[in-house]
Amino acid sequence: MKFGVVIFPGSNCDADCHDAILAVTRQEVRYVWHEETDISDIDCIVLPGGFSYGDYLRCGAVARFSPVMGEIVRHAAIGRYVIGICNGFQVLTEAGLLPGALYRNDCLKFVCKPQPLRVERTDLPFTHFYTTKQVVNFPIAHGEGRFFADPETLARIEGEGQVVFRYCTPDGQVTSEANPNGSLKNIAGICNEGDNVLGLMPHPERRCDRLTGGTDGKKLFKGLVESLLLKSISHR
Amino acid sequence: MLFHVQVEITLKPTVMDAQGSTIERALQKLGHDGVRNVHIGKFITMEIEANCAGCARSAAEDMCRELLANPIIEQFAVQVVEAEKECPA
Repeated sequence: MKFGVVIFPGSNCDADCHDAILAVTRQEVRYVWHEETDISDIDCIVLPGGFSYGDYLRCGAVARFSPVMGEIVRHAAIGRYVIGICNGFQVLTEAGLLPGALYRNDCLKFVCKPQPLRVERTDLPFTHFYTTKQVVNFPIAHGEGRFFADPETLARIEGEGQVVFRYCTPDGQVTSEANPNGSLKNIAGICNEGDNVLGLMPHPERRCDRLTGGTDGKKLFKGLVESLLLKSISHR
Repeated sequence: MLFHVQVEITLKPTVMDAQGSTIERALQKLGHDGVRNVHIGKFITMEIEANCAGCARSAAEDMCRELLANPIIEQFAVQVVEAEKECPA
């Protein structure tokens, strides 16, 4: 299995993602410059955190027009995997690969702290190593991570079970006090209807080694690798 | 013809404007008791070469839909001002 980590001008979590995925999965990982137009060798493309194009206009608004994005849309359409973390999640919503939008935190502050999250879906390739309603701790680091969708879209996201992670208390309660940015329904991460595109504001790649505070993020990448290997065996 | 175009982008009324409310409270604390409904937005100016004011407007509106505004959270308003003609003398 091969991972690709996109580098936009202004990405700054690309090396973290690359090194964490490599260390955790022992699979091939390569960087993908945003001007590349062939990613056909890649099974899972990761859009990392950072400040693509300086967050000018809106976070992710300019990155979505990078040449590689057309390829990522095609990559997703044929069922291959896409993970957008933090700024990567913002790019995916701007590109229309995920519903909703992310805008200024209600507290108007850049929030940087460890954050408990409740895993809402454990049947996805990304999350099947977690247990139902498990509380994991991934750090958040963003100023514009407040999830918004109009009432119809929100009802559809909830109805289709597209919410993957919610901000919660350490014991798993989804409360307004546990919501760090004012996101609707404490939404921290969602997937698309095809279950192959995941976007989340928290950083699982920063929880892949005890040296950086914990290893809750490992299962996300390991789970995806196992899913893909099983899929390739069953297709033989 | 060259047109000056002004684009104003604001959050939709259904989207909570945390910056607007914070500034509203700050203004009230400063003694501006009558202040209400403060909103923060973006103001973009540009020049567009087009055949008519309507064409310039429609080009700017396309730009808003395509890039300048995010229709999920934002609304936009476009104003077109014809550029002053240069003095031939």
